[in-house]
Amino acid sequence: MQLIACPWCGPREEVEFSYGGQAHVPYPDSPAELSDEEWAHYVFFRDNTKGRFAERWNHNAGCRRWFNAIRDTTTYRFESVYRLDDPKPVTP
Amino acid sequence: MSLGSPHATRTPRTPGADLPEHPDALWRSPEPKRSYDVVVVGGGGHGLATAHYLAKNHGITNVAVLEKGWLAGGNMARNTTIIRSNYLWDESSGIYEHALKLWEGLEEDLGYPILFSQRGVLNLAHTLQDVRDSVRRVEANKLNGVDAEWLEPDEVRKVCPVVNTSTDIRYPVLGATYQPRAGIAKHDYVAWGFARRADEAGIDLIQDCEVTGFTTDGDRVTGVQTTRGTIGAGTVALCAAGNTSVLTDMLGIRVPIQSHPLQALVSELLEPVHPTVVMSNAVHVYVSQAHKGELVMGAGVDSYNGYGQRGAFHIIERQMAAAVELFPVFARAHLLRTWGGIVDVSPDASPIVGRTPYENVYLNCGWGTGGFKATPGIGSALAHTIAHDEPHPLVTPFSLDRFVTGALVDEHGAAAVAH
Repeated sequence: MQLIACPWCGPREEVEFSYGGQAHVPYPDSPAELSDEEWAHYVFFRDNTKGRFAERWNHNAGCRRWFNAIRDTTTYRFESVYRLDDPKPVTP
Repeated sequence: MSLGSPHATRTPRTPGADLPEHPDALWRSPEPKRSYDVVVVGGGGHGLATAHYLAKNHGITNVAVLEKGWLAGGNMARNTTIIRSNYLWDESSGIYEHALKLWEGLEEDLGYPILFSQRGVLNLAHTLQDVRDSVRRVEANKLNGVDAEWLEPDEVRKVCPVVNTSTDIRYPVLGATYQPRAGIAKHDYVAWGFARRADEAGIDLIQDCEVTGFTTDGDRVTGVQTTRGTIGAGTVALCAAGNTSVLTDMLGIRVPIQSHPLQALVSELLEPVHPTVVMSNAVHVYVSQAHKGELVMGAGVDSYNGYGQRGAFHIIERQMAAAVELFPVFARAHLLRTWGGIVDVSPDASPIVGRTPYENVYLNCGWGTGGFKATPGIGSALAHTIAHDEPHPLVTPFSLDRFVTGALVDEHGAAAVAH
């Protein structure tokens, strides 16, 4: 089973984690001013990247904390994990 | 004593030279022409069916189907072949029942055996809420002219004696919906049947031809750039399932789908023990027995996004645990093979079909885990859409703009296990 390195707990088995989809999708600054189309994009539309993807994970059977990861969606390899308040790493 | 090799006097021979001739191919492998009236991207079930109906129903044969690998080698080769139309909403009933009616005549239409076996499907209910939802779905199906019945546990046992209907299991079977006209078909034969017919009509099926970009002129796409050169296109239809986002990213169109691995497996060949198709949302497994005898099982999608055509083993482990609880007789069956496909899951578990911001590009994606059953239905509706340059009435509810208008077609219940 694949090991995922929780930034707080270290490497743990994949089954301890749950997936949170694309990372770095901020809540709209001025929600009241959004058009229907902008709301639709905030609610329903996410990147579906083939390759390196910044995404959220939750260590729900461990420390129960969220973190972000850069993972390659073609190899499923985790390239880095980082805290939610860290900026998105620059990937080549 | 001679040390000479016993082979020294033999003339070298090509390996396999004494084997019979390779059988005739079912379709040509033409070089791409400079341009086509219609270019279908994706040579899976949907793309091939669209090509067939373009020729058959509309007389449009200046068509190319572009496939990056080999024909029907993606999800068409990897699905669990379940065909049914027992969806909740009118919109879904419309397209899936249209498909099921076409399935019923497809063997004659294609002139090719597809082993379509209407052995019925049971969708099990394991909780009171499951029961209420299922009964509601049965009534909705009846109103839409879809055959459906609600079965109590003892009736479930009559339809499929190997299902464990005892009350002492973790998620006891409280009943099931039953669609007798549902069934399975031989997925490869379906693809080959469509491919052969399309090829006979003069449509070019072009394999090893990956799309690398699009040539655009304002709000029209004029050409498709591929690994085999640029091909001019009057109309483009995207039928690329899990790889749709790769294409729409090239076009700058955002589509609300997420690509996930979906795994399935087969057991060794067994005597006929399982007469129907059984699906269970609550314990996450669906099972049928193929004509040859292997048990074919599917599970839910792997939770993370992925394009790798494989998934994690714990998904298989849980799926087997669920299967053995529901079918104790399977406990000693051996797992023969597992594999994964890449499915394009939409927010409301319904497909996304129709117009795009480019006036001559049509989208067909978001079928998620259930695209196989729709193959002839969407093929004919998409061909109609392309021929008339106007979405077919059966696909208009599935437009991309429903995510803005809010007119979602929420089929998470009937799309079942895998979402």
